[in-house]
Amino acid sequence: MMPARPRVPTNPASMLAACIGAALGAGCSGWQSALDPKGPRADAVAKLHWSLVTVATVVYVIVISALIFALWRGYRRPVPDQGHFHQETPEQADTMKRGVIVAVALTVIVMLAFVVTSVSVGSAVARVPGNKPLRIDVVGHQWWWEVKYPDPDTHNNFETANEIHVPVGRPVLIKMTSQDVIHSFWAPNISGKKDLIPGHETVTWFRADSAGVYRGQCAEFCGHEHAKMAFFIVAEPRLEFESWMQKQRGEAPEPPDSLTQAGQKVFLSGPCVMCHTISGTPAAATVGPNLTHLASRRTIAAGTLPNNTGNLAGWILDPQSIKPGVKMPPTQLDPSSLRALLAYLESLK
Amino acid sequence: MTASANPLPAIPDPDTRRDLISPRDEEEMRAKLSATWREKSGFYGWLTSTNHKSIAKRYLVTAIIFFILGGLEAGVMRLQLSRPENHFVGPDLYNQIFTMHGSTMMFLFAVPVMEAVGLYLVPLMIGTRNVAFPRMNALGYWMYLFGGVLLYVAFFMNTGPDAGWFAYVPLSGPQYSPGKRVDIWAQMITFTEIAALIGAVELVTTIFKQRAPGMSLNRMPLFVWAELITSFMIIFALPAIVVSSTMLAADRLVDTHFFNPAEGGDAILWQHLFWFFGHPEVYIIFIPALGMVSSVVEAFTQRRIFGYPAMILSMVSTAFLGFGLWVHHMFATPLPQLGQSFFTAASAAISIPSGVQIFCWIATIWGGRPRFSTAFKFIIGFFFLFIIGGLTGVMVASIPYDLQVHDTFFVVAHFHYVLIGGAVFPLWAGFYYWFPKLSGRMLSERAGNWNFWLFFIGMNITFFPMHILGLLGMPRRVYTYLPEMGWGGLNALASFGAVFIVASVCVFLFNVWNSLRRGIPAGDNPWNAPTLEWATTSPPPSYNHLFIPVVEGRDPIWDAAPGELAVVTGLRTDRHEGLITSIMDAIPERRYEFKRETILPFLLAVFGGGTIVIAIFSPWGVTVGAITSFVILAGWFWPTISPDHDTPVSREPL
Repeated sequence: MMPARPRVPTNPASMLAACIGAALGAGCSGWQSALDPKGPRADAVAKLHWSLVTVATVVYVIVISALIFALWRGYRRPVPDQGHFHQETPEQADTMKRGVIVAVALTVIVMLAFVVTSVSVGSAVARVPGNKPLRIDVVGHQWWWEVKYPDPDTHNNFETANEIHVPVGRPVLIKMTSQDVIHSFWAPNISGKKDLIPGHETVTWFRADSAGVYRGQCAEFCGHEHAKMAFFIVAEPRLEFESWMQKQRGEAPEPPDSLTQAGQKVFLSGPCVMCHTISGTPAAATVGPNLTHLASRRTIAAGTLPNNTGNLAGWILDPQSIKPGVKMPPTQLDPSSLRALLAYLESLK
Repeated sequence: MTASANPLPAIPDPDTRRDLISPRDEEEMRAKLSATWREKSGFYGWLTSTNHKSIAKRYLVTAIIFFILGGLEAGVMRLQLSRPENHFVGPDLYNQIFTMHGSTMMFLFAVPVMEAVGLYLVPLMIGTRNVAFPRMNALGYWMYLFGGVLLYVAFFMNTGPDAGWFAYVPLSGPQYSPGKRVDIWAQMITFTEIAALIGAVELVTTIFKQRAPGMSLNRMPLFVWAELITSFMIIFALPAIVVSSTMLAADRLVDTHFFNPAEGGDAILWQHLFWFFGHPEVYIIFIPALGMVSSVVEAFTQRRIFGYPAMILSMVSTAFLGFGLWVHHMFATPLPQLGQSFFTAASAAISIPSGVQIFCWIATIWGGRPRFSTAFKFIIGFFFLFIIGGLTGVMVASIPYDLQVHDTFFVVAHFHYVLIGGAVFPLWAGFYYWFPKLSGRMLSERAGNWNFWLFFIGMNITFFPMHILGLLGMPRRVYTYLPEMGWGGLNALASFGAVFIVASVCVFLFNVWNSLRRGIPAGDNPWNAPTLEWATTSPPPSYNHLFIPVVEGRDPIWDAAPGELAVVTGLRTDRHEGLITSIMDAIPERRYEFKRETILPFLLAVFGGGTIVIAIFSPWGVTVGAITSFVILAGWFWPTISPDHDTPVSREPL
């Protein structure tokens, strides 16, 4: 199933109306919108946005009015004879000089105010709030997100992909790096972006203040499927989050019936094991996403498709038609093997 | 031939009034100059030309062709994004197309076109007969042309670069961009950086040493100032891209590891080097446009520009500040926030010199009598669009704000308002303004009106919704998006706007084609403009001005009584002779013979350029190219000019 999300109008006219409404201050309710903040960092920037837009609009109106006034004043003059040009009296020249000086002085004042505001908002959102943050490690890959939950007790470490569960109200500290090229981590409802750079460790933090599913997307061009490199932040109440974490820490469940057992065999004897891990089985490769609890995730192919049987089948057989250029090769399977494999993958709750 | 064969005095006399020269002498002079400066005809003559106007016109036409190609690429992108999950082009082609669009517009259109206008107008405006290094000028054009052709030949062979016009490593490195695509990009950069540097050196030397007597620095037209400042920016900014593109090519071709983190290289180093060039690049495009705005505003309000010294200081400070902004492209990298804050402040500070100029232009309009012809309409459009781009530019200078909108369509909207509003609109204004000088005919005002309104409306329909798209979370450089993102409507609207832009460009091309054939003859100075390019015929003869003018004020034509512009006499007419004047006050110093037309620049471009292309495939290219280029350069530097090609003149103060 696709994650629950705000209703989005689909026809162009109502979409336009909604967004003009958003531009006018109603706040566009989107699941990937910087104007619909769900955490303190995005919230501070959304507030900054509206104050900047207000000041910019006022400045624009003043300057354009001055231009229109100047055009109108000049236009009322008689057309000069060939070879003549206007030169004003010293008094008029003084007025013009004063006007320009006042305008420049106002510009300087507005800019100083802007820099002070910007720096103070910037340092406020950069500071991680005091209470103990949850630490998550994210590694960027072409074109998916590896998500690790490290624990002081290393037996409790676990990995997932493209879906970051966090408890509502608790700050989350994210340490990031990239396995290949530069990516950028960005979930606009929650926080601004931070790059994932190979050879560097970058850090960002966020806090989700209300439960919900927020979409994020890679923001730094990273090759062919940059457009299809999304992830979800799932903000849950603490108890739900704890139980999710408990489940994720476990190994993959044993296949419960003969069909799923056959499916596991297909997985382990096929090319799948070259790239993927399913903990509790011999599959332990780390090229592609960890599939231990694949069935618990909302989407496949980094937020590209809802995680259901049909999509999973299509993805396994021919990923190149869904994400051209993706590193996963197509897999040849006869119908019965495919059915078994799908049953097995869907049992990985 | 010796100086005695000349009917006029051997020492230039800079104080002769034009109206005191007899018509017979004038006629004789005109005939001699025409014979001396006549360009060779035929294809060979075309290849060997070193006249700045011929070369600048080629630059202009080539740049406009690249503008159209870049625009078509933008059209393909708008078609692809017009609805979610569209399959018009796939990611492989889309990534090539947006890379081509950016590279074309920046390297093959915007920078060259601004230099082209400068190379055409500056010698006319400062009253000299050719640019300082005529053969190098030709070389610059050929290098630019070959670089552009290389890029497009590669693109049509499905080897177009696909790592973005900014080519971030490691994506553009050998591991993640195998094949030749990025090598093509890097070598296209080599070609264009050679061309840009050549143009810059030409313009600086020409402006400093060849101004008409009396045109001291504080009497130079603002457009010439703009080209001078831009040329200095090119000279300081280009080395960064020379170094970084060479390092990238070395990483790719000979296995160095400058940018490879696995071997101790650093990916962020590229960003510093690229943006240290890349941000000044924006001002390299924008400052000449400011000069055009000043020229057009002055002519179309019939008033001197208000605050001339303030305008120059603003352009100079913009140029300096332009070198202190590069980190604002890198706010999402792990650089210390305190350090980044300085770049916020510097970016905000840019709005002060920009504000000074806008206020001075408004004051000029306030004190003048505006004429609403097409050129001036484009200037009004410039105000409406550029100020939006400037204000959003201040917004994205804020670190926390930028972290939300960086690399989204908000930024796409921002810089298209800046670059189209701030550079293309002034360029169009300049085109309508100077076309009569260039061609001798006026452009149609009626078609111009359509050209303006279609572009102005289309530009806003296309780019304004992108601000909202960015805030709604749409990243840049995505070849598609899911229907449930809710971006479909605004994208469809943006794509619809592109139709107006295409229509406007078609009207423009028709207008040029039609006006060239049956436009109204322009006469020397149809706008009653004040600067020297209007003191000669339209189009100007190959030697520019019949007599080198003598300048007595900031607006030479307005300052002299009609027909009484003072002139220099005594320069030789039997050879390509020009007058060298002092840097500050333009006092005559020397008479100087310009180098003549030759095939050598073309040959050097073919063999030297061939080297650059072959180097993509084999290091032997460098060896072959070094030898052939050496032979050609030996011919180039061979002393062929008479010993008196450079002789002092009397230094009488004016």
